[in-house]
Amino acid sequence: MANNMKKFILVALITSFVLAIFLSPFASSSPDGLEKVAEDKGFLSRAEGAEVWESSPIPDYAIPGLGEGAIATGAAGLAGVAITFVLGYGLAKLLEKKEVA
Amino acid sequence: MHIPDGFLDAKTLATTAAISAAAVGYGLKKANEELGDKQVPLLGVTAAFIFAAQMLNFPVAGGTSGHFLGAFLAAVLLGPWLSCLTISVVLFVQMLIFADGGLLALGANVFNMGVIGGILAYYIFMAIKSSLPKTRFGFLGAVAVTSWLSVVIASAACALELALSGTSPLNIALPAMVGVHTLIGIGEAIITTVVVGVVINVRPDLVKIYGQEGISGTKTAGGVVGGQ
Repeated sequence: MANNMKKFILVALITSFVLAIFLSPFASSSPDGLEKVAEDKGFLSRAEGAEVWESSPIPDYAIPGLGEGAIATGAAGLAGVAITFVLGYGLAKLLEKKEVA
Repeated sequence: MHIPDGFLDAKTLATTAAISAAAVGYGLKKANEELGDKQVPLLGVTAAFIFAAQMLNFPVAGGTSGHFLGAFLAAVLLGPWLSCLTISVVLFVQMLIFADGGLLALGANVFNMGVIGGILAYYIFMAIKSSLPKTRFGFLGAVAVTSWLSVVIASAACALELALSGTSPLNIALPAMVGVHTLIGIGEAIITTVVVGVVINVRPDLVKIYGQEGISGTKTAGGVVGGQ
């Protein structure tokens, strides 16, 4: 891989970390589009108690034990960016076009 | 617009999951055939960027927020099928680790955001692009329009699923969902256009569809050759 490709990926990855760690605590906490529609149109309650997977380690983008402030959110962002990068990279690496021997 | 468990019925979950599984399966096959040296880290960092940007909810009218989707951005960088694969990675992590989006609804979420917002949007983009001038401005204009549209059509698909599931009638859910996502889509258009604009400045080779039609800032070489 060319050096400037490495540089591009590095800059993009650092940008992602900065956004997720330092900007996420300032994100709006209002309900998103679907949540708001569900609230207004009276079907939000259908999701209550309907969770099939209940063991998420970082529910609601806040690391448990760090409170509900910027640190919990920023740490969740750090974890999420690291996990998605490793998973995406790993999957792509597994699927990479094999050179003809 | 991550759908939690409890909103959709079994037939809607099964149908969307089957379509999504087929799209992801085809994406895996395509990846095997065409994923090169450059795309491996690009796929990873695109997933990471989309995750980060999706955390940044911005306020829209009436006590509502919206966030970046990123499926169409991924389609511009990686092509439609790898885009769907990338979005699936993000949605899987959000569901499993962050309790965002339901486990049973994962197929529906991949369908709305990856298949409709990524794959379908890509083909709409190719049609819009071909009708605009073959310039940098025309290309970015098509990016802006399509990224807005990608969020709107994804929200319409979500409304349709809610209606098919008997959760909210179509005449209620569709205008409500499309209405708010018309605004959220503006954020999508701004972010996608800025990011694509930056990438075609620094690494135009990463946006294959940009180079395809010989777009460049200068006249084609033909004139120079002809003058010799």
